[in-house]
Amino acid sequence: MGYQLPRKTADTLFCRLREHYEIFAPKLFAGDGCFSDTDVIRYDKVSSLDEIEFDRRSDYSFKEALFAVNETLFYFTENETTIPSCTDKKLLIFLKSCDLHALKRLDAIYLENGPEDFYYKRLREKACFVLMDCGETCDTGFCAGMGTNRSDNYDLYLKCGEETVWIDCPSEELLSDLKEAGLNEAGETACAVTPNYVTQNKETVTLPKKLSVESFDNPLWEAYGSRCIGCGRCNFVCPTCTCFTMQDIHYRDNENVGERRRVWASCQVDGYTDIAGGGSFRQKQSDRLRFKVMHKIYDFEKRFGYPMCVGCGRCDAVCPEYISYANLVNQLAEEDAK
Amino acid sequence: MMKNEYIPFPSQVKKIIRHTDIEYTFRMEFTGEVKPGQFFEVSIPRYGEAPISVSGIGPDTIDLTIRKVGKVTNQIFENFEGNHLLIRGPYGNGFDIENYKNKELFIIAGGTGLSPVKGIVDYFSSHPGEAADTTLIAGFKSPDDILFKQDFEQWEKNIRVIKTVDSAPDGYQGQTGMVTKYIPDLPVKNPDNAVFIIVGPPAMMKFTVIEVQKRGIPEQNIWISYERKMCCGLGKCGHCKMDSTYICLDGPVFNYKEGKNLID
Repeated sequence: MGYQLPRKTADTLFCRLREHYEIFAPKLFAGDGCFSDTDVIRYDKVSSLDEIEFDRRSDYSFKEALFAVNETLFYFTENETTIPSCTDKKLLIFLKSCDLHALKRLDAIYLENGPEDFYYKRLREKACFVLMDCGETCDTGFCAGMGTNRSDNYDLYLKCGEETVWIDCPSEELLSDLKEAGLNEAGETACAVTPNYVTQNKETVTLPKKLSVESFDNPLWEAYGSRCIGCGRCNFVCPTCTCFTMQDIHYRDNENVGERRRVWASCQVDGYTDIAGGGSFRQKQSDRLRFKVMHKIYDFEKRFGYPMCVGCGRCDAVCPEYISYANLVNQLAEEDAK
Repeated sequence: MMKNEYIPFPSQVKKIIRHTDIEYTFRMEFTGEVKPGQFFEVSIPRYGEAPISVSGIGPDTIDLTIRKVGKVTNQIFENFEGNHLLIRGPYGNGFDIENYKNKELFIIAGGTGLSPVKGIVDYFSSHPGEAADTTLIAGFKSPDDILFKQDFEQWEKNIRVIKTVDSAPDGYQGQTGMVTKYIPDLPVKNPDNAVFIIVGPPAMMKFTVIEVQKRGIPEQNIWISYERKMCCGLGKCGHCKMDSTYICLDGPVFNYKEGKNLID
């Protein structure tokens, strides 16, 4: 059961919702892309539906709304530590189905693997998720084969037309906030609203089923990895990559005062495994590529019961060396069949 | 309010034991459950955090043996007795003493690899009757690199100790050669009742395991401990992952049967 309402009404509604919510959504930054005259779509706080990029897949995922690229864990003055305060508002995060599936993977690492993460949890508890559908498949995604093309665990589904907006709001809390903001159940047209979803992608990926410790020696890693320049972009765009490194900084005016931060880390970049005294593991890019791919399609599943990769295809779109993760995985699967 | 595991607590440096110019043991104030082989994240704000194994456990202290090799540890050496270090932990599984009781126990350690196993050596040295037999082979690069010299004097009274250095100046009285040199002659009575704990740099562990297996020791009787980069100690930062295993949560101590399949 859902509602159909004029886009103008919906916009006013979301505007008012900002009293209680910070709204994060993909936004088009024209001319801000890596190369000249290219755009980038990434997450930011928005204040109206007009600012949201509904159609195209974002280049960066929603994950930065829940854990920032660099996040202050505490401020320190000698032996005293102070934890930064957190927003009082709730979070409303717009995302597509692949990313909503990625959320489950982030939860697995940050809430289930060892003790719960304080900083992730305090934002996660405040977060509501708004599903946007994909009118048509993106170029490099392969969600259909991964089973991540559909989601029904959204708090709100929203489809935005030129003049009309359709919503379905299974979350009672959000529905009541929407009503408070002016959603008039009597005034809007009640109708059946169900999310559309992509059933076929341009890219098809089959996961290999027979990966094992022996797969570590596969020559495919070298074939693909020899082209890798270790820039780490695939990790930063991935909605399921969660690694970080600690970083302490101090203020120029007083060295005894500063903060400890965690910053996103990449398993493809030098330094990821460095230990004191000069030791390190996986020096070859091909070993690092193997480490990443095996994590996405093999060892995460061994630990948590489902693959880590959600098939969003962002890593293939961003790679400056045109290394195709999708092709690599398919080739691994073909070898299975032999 | 849920617990914030990232916030370290100040712990006073009770005593400093200087082993070499670059390796000191810091006896830190700590009360709580700790096992040998577990580790703490030790930090100095503005320089960072480093994972350090527990090298000794007292009633209200823990020993952290720190080698001055990195940004954080260099700075730790500047903070001496009476001062505080910030610590959090303990993390990791640690060694379970019960696995070694009533066995012929052989502990082989390379360099600072002795720190994580020192708690076990201490235990069986002070309770020699609880193991069928206890032997320690400890290898260091040179006589100047020998750690825990005072402890060795104590251990030598109670258990079999082979203290060897890779190379030594002419006239050195002690034993020389790699730890692997001493494995063929170890007095193993019953391989099925012998347990080996092997901790040290990756190459040392690899060749030591090979030698030990030549003695007919079954895989499940060998225990190892891995050293990896760990930023959080909480299974989040990802740096220590090997296959589906997080060294900080599931390790760092592994039975070799499981540990041998972990590839970086």
